[in-house]
Amino acid sequence: MSHKTWVFIEQFKSTLAQPSLEALGEARRLAAGRGGGVTALLFGQDIEGLAPDVIAYGADEVLLADDATLAEFRAEPYASLLSKLAQERQPDVILAGATTRGRDVLGIAAVDLGTGALADVTELKLVGDQIVATRPVYAGKLLAEVVGERRPLLLSLRPRAFPRPEPDASRSGGIEKVTPALAEDAIAVKVTDYAVDEGRVSLADARIIVSGGRGVGGPEGFAPVRELAETLGAAMGASRAAVDAGWIPYAHQVGQTGKTVAPDLYIAAGISGAIQHQAGMRSAKTIVAINKDPEAPIFKLARYGIVGDLFKILPALTAEFKKRLGQ
Amino acid sequence: MHVVVCVKQTPDSAAKMSVDNGKVTWGDSGLVVNPWDEYAIEEAIRLKEKHGGKATAISMGPESAKEALKTCLAMGCDEAVLISDPALKGSDALATSYVLAKAIEKLGDVGMVLFGKQAIDGDTGLVPVAVARRLNWSPLTYTIKIAELDPGTKIIKAERLLEQGKQIVTATLPAVVGTVKDINEPRYPSFMGIRKAAKAVINTWSAADLGLDASQIGAAGSPTHWPRVFPLPARAGSVELIDGTPEEIAAKLADKLLADKVI
Ligand SMILES: Cc1cc2nc3c(=O)[nH]c(=O)nc-3n(C[C@H](O)[C@H](O)[C@H](O)COP(=O)(O)OP(=O)(O)OC[C@H]3O[C@@H](n4cnc5c(N)ncnc54)[C@H](O)[C@@H]3O)c2cc1C
Ligand SMILES: Nc1ncnc2c1ncn2[C@@H]1O[C@H](COP(=O)(O)O)[C@@H](O)[C@H]1O
Repeated sequence: MSHKTWVFIEQFKSTLAQPSLEALGEARRLAAGRGGGVTALLFGQDIEGLAPDVIAYGADEVLLADDATLAEFRAEPYASLLSKLAQERQPDVILAGATTRGRDVLGIAAVDLGTGALADVTELKLVGDQIVATRPVYAGKLLAEVVGERRPLLLSLRPRAFPRPEPDASRSGGIEKVTPALAEDAIAVKVTDYAVDEGRVSLADARIIVSGGRGVGGPEGFAPVRELAETLGAAMGASRAAVDAGWIPYAHQVGQTGKTVAPDLYIAAGISGAIQHQAGMRSAKTIVAINKDPEAPIFKLARYGIVGDLFKILPALTAEFKKRLGQ
Repeated sequence: MHVVVCVKQTPDSAAKMSVDNGKVTWGDSGLVVNPWDEYAIEEAIRLKEKHGGKATAISMGPESAKEALKTCLAMGCDEAVLISDPALKGSDALATSYVLAKAIEKLGDVGMVLFGKQAIDGDTGLVPVAVARRLNWSPLTYTIKIAELDPGTKIIKAERLLEQGKQIVTATLPAVVGTVKDINEPRYPSFMGIRKAAKAVINTWSAADLGLDASQIGAAGSPTHWPRVFPLPARAGSVELIDGTPEEIAAKLADKLLADKVI
């Protein structure tokens, strides 16, 4: 039986998405355990230049579709092509990042291929020949071991749950060109524009996140949060209380009804640590809590705790790190 | 235009979840409308208020899910349908999308179906796009704004919230619209609405009413399974409190974070 592992590669404006690189790393690990090799699916327009990088990060082979219909990500043409290729070539497993694009592509492929999709996986193991995935359920309050009995098995991997592999420029691999499955007039959705948030570190990819909650007191209270974030090259997060108050846009919200993040370092300032906030950040490796209430639940989760006023502590931290990081 | 909203009943988001003999339990916490679905319900009601027509809420679940549907009616939906059958128990995302798509087909004249981003129990977020594929309707997931909608020309312009910003798209109806939180501010049910909903009769459709293929529903018709659910491992160690003046605290914390190599 063949054990071909495929990886759906996501790129945005010709930059490879971090979660796709993490998926390539995990695909290599599966291939090492079972054989079968790693095939990357790289779709877009004028993206042939990315193929060597995809190989360096772990692919043995790249199926490259370069076409105007694939210029902007759209679920229909991307997923239709993935499904068609999978029907023809019968991979065993297809991995993608658990991003908006990854979920849409795998959700459609599940229907096309009549197979199961496991979303937001945080751990993968091989038990004999069986792939067992672990994923958080109930907003991260419990974990479940999940399996899929049909093939190909579709898996989306939670960003930052798996290590990003080191690129190896000496790796070699083949590039095969494939043609789109859908013509433009068969695609219902047209992309007219993209409003990119400039200069913002994406929460999902961030190694460090500095977040503010109701304790910052108002929109201007995010200034010390932003200064520390900029000093650390971090993304800025927020609790729902701060978002609902209109102090900061929803795109920054961390938690059950916001983003789920897993940075190396999460600094929570003026956030009590409600269970719905925890749902979004509890898998951070190191949590630092700054809160003037020593009883705040966030301290139960934190590695380091500072009982004090965030308006005094954050500027002191900014000054200290500017010094340490030579800024 | 007839708009449909798909709603799931889930444990309250504040519930303490535990595992008892391999079964998930949540003590005496109640069941609620999946919090993400509140935005979809609100959007369905606004669309109907603006463009006329009606809003129908549908849910697949046990008898208790009628309570979630009553909340939809109390908020302002016109009709509600429960899809309930012992044969549906254990349906995963693939099977659920099959059942919901069949129900939407049975309703007949639907121009748009709205979804929440994900259900806070299984947390898969796969059902909306899978339903779109089954119906072969425009898949507009992660929609943060319906900027324009013309039921006459059937053109919809939407803004979708992706990782790097907003993707602005146009598509044709019928469409599947998956909502995200910032699309609106859900209303509370009105007093009159609650009274009306309490008296409402909610239709129930069985697997046979929908003519479902038994091999595609329930645990047996689902390709994915959860053989084991377990609590989170405890976080290693307890909090280390750092004190002193702000400057001393900053210096101590910087030492530790640099030593831990997280900066
Ligand atoms: C269905 C549902 C979904 C939800 N989803 C989310 C979600 O996705 N994300 C989320 O965050 N919440 C979510 N919530 C809300 C959650 O329950 C809490 O209400 C929210 O997280 C509280 O935000 P907070 O910690 O900023 O505010 P509070 O709980 O009010 O805490 C503010 C904290 O700031 C401290 N403080 C005040 N001033 C200072 C100061 N000067 N210096 C230091 N500390 C100070 C206080 O001691 C307090 O602990 C959800 C709730 C529900 C019901
Ligand atoms: N059993 C169900 N009945 C009705 N709608 C559902 C059901 N399950 C999921 N949905 C809808 O699909 C969305 C995504 O759910 P999921 O893919 O299960 O995370 C939810 O927010 C609901 O709008």
